Amino acid sequence: MEPIRVHEGRVYPLNRSNIDTDQIIPKQFLKRISRQGFGQFLFFNWRFDNEGNPRPDFSLNDPKYQHASILVAGENFGCGSSREHAPWALLDYGFKVIIAPSFADIFNNNCTKNGILPVQLTEEETQLLMDRADNENDYTLKVDLENKRVYDSIDFEASFDLPEYPREMLLNGWDEIGVTLTYADKIDQFEAKKQTL
Amino acid sequence: MQKPKTIIEKIWDQHVVHQEEGKPDLLYIDLHLVHEVTSPQAFEGLRMNDRKVRRPDLTYATMDHNVPTIHRHIIKDQISKTQMDTLKSNCEEFGVPLADIDHPDQGIVHVIGPELGLTQPGKTIVCGDSHTSTHGAFGALAFGIGTSEVEHVLATQTIWQAPPKTLNVKVNGKLGKGITAKDLILAIIGKYGVRFGTGYVVEYTGEAIRSLSMEGRMTVCNMSIEAGARAGLISPDDITVEFLRGRRHVPKGEVFEKVAKEWKALATDAGATYDATVEINADEVEPQVTWGTNPGMCIPVSGSVPNPEDAKTANGKDEINRALEYMGLEAGQPISSVKIDHVFIGSCTNSRLSDLTRAAEIVKGHKVKSGIRAMVVPGSHSVKKAAEAEGLDQIFKEAGFEWREAGCSMCLGMNDDIVPAGERCASTSNRNFEGRQGAGARTHLVSPEMAAAAAIEGHFVDVRKFSIPTA
Ligand code: SF4
Repeated sequence: MEPIRVHEGRVYPLNRSNIDTDQIIPKQFLKRISRQGFGQFLFFNWRFDNEGNPRPDFSLNDPKYQHASILVAGENFGCGSSREHAPWALLDYGFKVIIAPSFADIFNNNCTKNGILPVQLTEEETQLLMDRADNENDYTLKVDLENKRVYDSIDFEASFDLPEYPREMLLNGWDEIGVTLTYADKIDQFEAKKQTL
Repeated sequence: MQKPKTIIEKIWDQHVVHQEEGKPDLLYIDLHLVHEVTSPQAFEGLRMNDRKVRRPDLTYATMDHNVPTIHRHIIKDQISKTQMDTLKSNCEEFGVPLADIDHPDQGIVHVIGPELGLTQPGKTIVCGDSHTSTHGAFGALAFGIGTSEVEHVLATQTIWQAPPKTLNVKVNGKLGKGITAKDLILAIIGKYGVRFGTGYVVEYTGEAIRSLSMEGRMTVCNMSIEAGARAGLISPDDITVEFLRGRRHVPKGEVFEKVAKEWKALATDAGATYDATVEINADEVEPQVTWGTNPGMCIPVSGSVPNPEDAKTANGKDEINRALEYMGLEAGQPISSVKIDHVFIGSCTNSRLSDLTRAAEIVKGHKVKSGIRAMVVPGSHSVKKAAEAEGLDQIFKEAGFEWREAGCSMCLGMNDDIVPAGERCASTSNRNFEGRQGAGARTHLVSPEMAAAAAIEGHFVDVRKFSIPTA
């Protein structure tokens, strides 16, 4: 996966809580057998009407948010299914960073394994960012993973926390299996010990 | 004396392969269950990197999510077919055992694991599916993983995991007559919300849990993820041991007795502490019905749909408004007045033999209300066979239910079984998210008994009072 150190991009605010994986990518699009091409189905039922035309009242269709790469949303983002198609769809659409007051566990994991940075800020901070993205034209944020800070060009600045392990994976874009295989002898030993029990 | 430990800590400690400051633990996985939807990209990843499946003998695959539950071999949707064919060829290539669509062991992955005795106390179990928590009913540490992790487990039989925080969900007292495990878990999520388990592994304890059957325990653990918890488990006891005795993948004879002792020793020690505890009184629990678009939006069948004005926050108000609009409900409307169009009895939450037996008891001698489409989808091929041996299929069919082949079916509507937009379904599954059963579909989660009664009456009724003269 692609490493992420500092990312700067346009912000798209989606002011809803408990956005679940069925909304991020509806199940009718889970049938592909590759990782690519899911972006067109992102938030499908919200973005398109029954005839497949973009719904003008759904904010992601607003030209103002075109090419946004930072998604700011309400709490418990990504709840529901373990489908990795959700981060694949977000990434394929162009989102590199997701900011929310909280994330569902499996989704959070799936993000960091695909090069998406989940940033947890407080409720007040995310609300402020959503309001600014709403009111400003071309509102952008800078997310610095090395120093775990987020700031805009007005006066916003906040720090966030991310455990060391996923942070390193993201910073370096590592292949996790490759890393684990360097512990192969430990796994062998564990299995050998289990055998004799 | 050793410090008292929870079952969660005991299982964890037994599976740590490697531990190092600043990193999660490297945890060994005893059983990896695989299905057609979340595995193709994982196998593809192995192929691209020229890697093997480390332990095909600890891996078991089946097809459940998009198999047709009627006319098994007419798969209208070519992409679904591709996904099933891909699983088959992947399993052949990598030597993974597979219960495919024609196999007598085929079924929903969380139904067949326990059925075959693959699921056992003390095991670490993963699957690319969030309802893997179901297997926790046996005192296993079981959790859902994403496709990257599926690939990781296939290649290494391990996973990197930070030690979880532990949460005791204590159910005091006994469930009332006619109250099911489904009502209990919905009531817990209704009381504490869809996030209280995030970051935790849950252990369900207390008198009401101990008196549940294994099927009931599976229903409870199944929905742990709906409270945000990746895993939920129950300490093993005699009920666990007796359920597993004689199953195919469980040791036999004397070895079984020895293993059974070890299983029971895994139970949480007296005096062990948890990072957090929540409690609920079982005798307060009534039959539950969800009214909204997440499983926490549920009320007793005697209750009314909430009013957005009663919400404590502006966000909460928006959420209720949006849910009411999506569900086509009025604030304050009694839930029992809500008319339904579909009934789905099935899913990994409620499709086991005892679920079907209890629903059949309600249905027996009655007819599905005209205009309602009702179906029963057994959780596995062997549940179906067993139900047919008891004549349950006849009871359902005579009442006007469709009787289907095993699969996930209308739980997520990946195959042809979908609820049309704007129509309403009483469903025994676990998710009432927007669009879950079909774009625009309106889902109400209930127990199998409640679903059966709703099919006959055409709206929600309290099953405890359900006694209409048989036709
Ligand atoms: S029955 Fe539903 S919840 Fe269970 S595994 Fe299948 S799709 Fe998932």
